[in-house]
Amino acid sequence: MAVESKIDPMQQFQIHPIFGELGPNNPFAFTNSSLWMLVLLALITGFMILGMRRELVPGRWQAAAESLVGALDSMVVTSIGPKGRSYLPWVFTSFIFILFANFVGSMPFAIVPGAHPFTVTSQFTVTGSMSIISFLIVLGVGFWKHGLHFLSLFWPKGMPVGLKLLIAPIEFISFMVRPFSLGLRPFIAMFAGHILLDVFGNFIVQGLNAGGGGYVVSILCFLFVTFINALELLVGAIQAYVFALLTSMYINDAVNLH
Amino acid sequence: MDLASAQVIGAGLAAIGVGAAAAGVGAVFGNFLQGALRNPAAADGQFPRLIFGFAAAELLGLMAFAVAMIILYAR
Repeated sequence: MAVESKIDPMQQFQIHPIFGELGPNNPFAFTNSSLWMLVLLALITGFMILGMRRELVPGRWQAAAESLVGALDSMVVTSIGPKGRSYLPWVFTSFIFILFANFVGSMPFAIVPGAHPFTVTSQFTVTGSMSIISFLIVLGVGFWKHGLHFLSLFWPKGMPVGLKLLIAPIEFISFMVRPFSLGLRPFIAMFAGHILLDVFGNFIVQGLNAGGGGYVVSILCFLFVTFINALELLVGAIQAYVFALLTSMYINDAVNLH
Repeated sequence: MDLASAQVIGAGLAAIGVGAAAAGVGAVFGNFLQGALRNPAAADGQFPRLIFGFAAAELLGLMAFAVAMIILYAR
């Protein structure tokens, strides 16, 4: 480790098996990441079941679920067009998964000893897999709807040929970078935020141990951590929205070809 | 200079990019607010574009952060 201190902000991202052992003979084990994904599944299912009771006068759960679906629906329709509603399931699934993962990861479950919340989206494998699914949807829809004409995405219109030859590779690179940047965004946002929380949370404890002027440092750090936690909730919601928005914009490219 | 101190210095230099991205994000939201105050009726319809601009500007800062982390924890 490059930093010579007792604070180890990377420890919170470690995946360790809960049941069974990881080994050369057994590459699959039930890890803390799997556990928190199951928690997310239960929470999302409960939220949607509570929200889909189809009452005549919507309760608060139904209002929450309906406004979420409505917001995502209007976003998909404005960016893809009326045909885009068929892509709403994936857009909504990715949105609500990232939203719940970010929120659950920020919850202070650690006041119960031993119960550390694991932010599923703080691993690039998870967000990267989701962005690869989005990318495959774009590729599949594009080639299925337009055939090889889909490649005209890289061939801009209304330019001199010399400029086109220059633009086409740039367009191609920017297209191929998309799955990487799409998955990197929610991952880094959670990763950086949780490192910040961990470091300043350690400052609180170390200040309390130091005594004297350390108490002032502790109080300041406590206020800062509270503020950062609120910011984490905002960033988590924004990143989920950004993932859904960019996915629908990329699908728009595939459906409508500029 | 040993490797550990070079790593820390390099990570600090790479973190400058995060501040540059902060300026970019500020420009996005500042210009949006200017436009929104001039024509508040049209502001809500441009919210997706605002978020897209924010995401594009923020990504570069996140890249700088990722580079800093890679430098800091590379062995």
